[in-house]
Amino acid sequence: MTSNDPPASPTAEAGHILPAAHFDALLTLLHEDGFDVRGPRVQGGALEIGKLPNAAALPQGCSATQEPGAWRLQHTGTPAWFGITHGGMSWKALLHPARTRLWSAERTADGFSVHEDAGPAKPFAFIGVRACDLRAIAVQDNVLQRGPYVDAVYNARRNGAFLVTVDCAEPSGTCFCVSMGSGPAAGSGYDLALTELDAGSASHRFLVRTGSRAGEAVVQRLGLCEATHQDSASAKAIVEGASARMGRSMDATAARATLSANRESPHWQDVAQRCLSCGNCTMVCPTCFCTTVEDTSDLSGDIAERWRLWDSCFTFGFTHVAGGTVRESAGARYRHWISHKLLNLHEQFDESGCVGCGRCITWCPVGIDITAEVAALPQDVS
Amino acid sequence: MSAAVTQLAPVPLRVAAVVRETADSVTLTLARPDGSAVGPGAPGQFNMLYPFGIGEAAISLSSDSAETLVHTVRGVGAVSEALGRLRPGDWVGVRGPFGAGWPLEAARGRDIVLVAGGIGLAPLRSVIHAVLRDRAAFGRLFVAYGARTPRERLYVAELEDWQARSDIDIAVTVDAGDAHWSGRVGFVTALLANAPIDPARCIVMACGPEVMMRAAARQMLGRGVPIENVYVSLERNMKCAAGLCGHCQVGPLFMCKDGPVFPFGRVQDLLGVREI
Repeated sequence: MTSNDPPASPTAEAGHILPAAHFDALLTLLHEDGFDVRGPRVQGGALEIGKLPNAAALPQGCSATQEPGAWRLQHTGTPAWFGITHGGMSWKALLHPARTRLWSAERTADGFSVHEDAGPAKPFAFIGVRACDLRAIAVQDNVLQRGPYVDAVYNARRNGAFLVTVDCAEPSGTCFCVSMGSGPAAGSGYDLALTELDAGSASHRFLVRTGSRAGEAVVQRLGLCEATHQDSASAKAIVEGASARMGRSMDATAARATLSANRESPHWQDVAQRCLSCGNCTMVCPTCFCTTVEDTSDLSGDIAERWRLWDSCFTFGFTHVAGGTVRESAGARYRHWISHKLLNLHEQFDESGCVGCGRCITWCPVGIDITAEVAALPQDVS
Repeated sequence: MSAAVTQLAPVPLRVAAVVRETADSVTLTLARPDGSAVGPGAPGQFNMLYPFGIGEAAISLSSDSAETLVHTVRGVGAVSEALGRLRPGDWVGVRGPFGAGWPLEAARGRDIVLVAGGIGLAPLRSVIHAVLRDRAAFGRLFVAYGARTPRERLYVAELEDWQARSDIDIAVTVDAGDAHWSGRVGFVTALLANAPIDPARCIVMACGPEVMMRAAARQMLGRGVPIENVYVSLERNMKCAAGLCGHCQVGPLFMCKDGPVFPFGRVQDLLGVREI
């Protein structure tokens, strides 16, 4: 599988055009190339990421409203195929699974032998990655692949993945990707970047930009026509419109200074009175990477397994050591989480841990809003 | 150094010897065959030890041997108690060694002050062994060790050996004595005021409760030791030991890959924040 190297030579300046009627040709090609193709699917009243057999399986005609503590699917009949920005599930569920067996072992004459589980049989192709989630994948790449140690599970799932983004035309009420510099148009790291144009008309089509040699090859094999400057102007207008309709905003630079200056603040106690420590924000956050392990054995005691599960820094036991739990109060746990996102990840990996997707706001059962909490901290504590 | 895909699977090593240190602590010596996937490690580093089927715990090296891995374990939970039940000939899973160790290179030619509280003596014993192995390379060695009670002292026979030697100064104190205790009672930091070292050319290494390490660091800074020559070893919950699971973070630092040994100046502000 070839990689996500930058293109060898610039392709057509304005990109290419994939007619909506030929969208299935893209999916067929990826299936035939052996990819496990995944994309947004409406299932059980929610937007999930599922197997994507064809374009008809996309959430066509659907929209969603997102507000603090609320996500509602609406069958608005919108002609857009990618009319819903995102649901609670993000691509990390596939690249950094919520529950995975790391190995199994059995006792032998020489102690025990360990069998590590293999990665997935097929590489993933993701269709409809939003710009914020593309940034989130880059954050997890940094944490799980670029440190002194590489995470074997993530590595096996991430390498060879083919990423097709779709720019957002209609942000949700909790979106603030513009503030975080991550959207609404895809930045770097995609293989193909799409912008949906003129949905509902006979000329329903996608502007296609290539971001890798693998993406270029796909465009070539599909025999796509070059786009016109009018096409790219239309795409630009869509992105600019979405940028202007962000549900929320945050001053990311000020947030770093504010959090750095407010390690001790009565405001953390104020948040703690609302926060349930449920961990929903960490489950839906596309950059949260924390895990725990569970060791098990069978009744004979001769077969053992180690499983890895998503963990949350909001649990009481997360910082447990022999002397007790370090972050006993909910306020300290919220402070740790928000500080890691907006302050500490900069020092660790030279970037923000927040991509402005707004999921933590939408999926918080009491509607705690990361942008409002930053704004509520004293700006000047000198 | 290029990044390696993290070793997920523990390597089985055989328990060569078990010494009971106190009612709840044992010292395990694991045989490390030539070419083992588990390296010898350096003083201050740690391994993840896995009693089969139970779970994994981060345990520091308590000697500097290349042929064996020596770990002193206090039983405080399911995993450490299972480690305490191991017998010679049993197998234990090992991943490691991990982390940044004590600054033994920087200590060459200098006086050394070791400040140990409780089980914190275990990772510092590996420093004592390394210094005694190459004694002429270092200046004076002063060890301040505090235990809760005389019965909770680790390495009792070795402490007596060290006390009998002229090339190491060791002072032991307990929080509470008993009928047989004629030694010092009180805080370990009280032993530092008159430690016979040259503050200008001395390295301090402390391991124990955080409140003890902060007090010890302040005391030695007060004696004129430059802050860059004071080191502490920190403990937090760890699952992966490789900077991937997120558990051991203190502010921007991962205890597992940035530590567990840190220059005090890098962590003193963080350690002053409650529940960080």
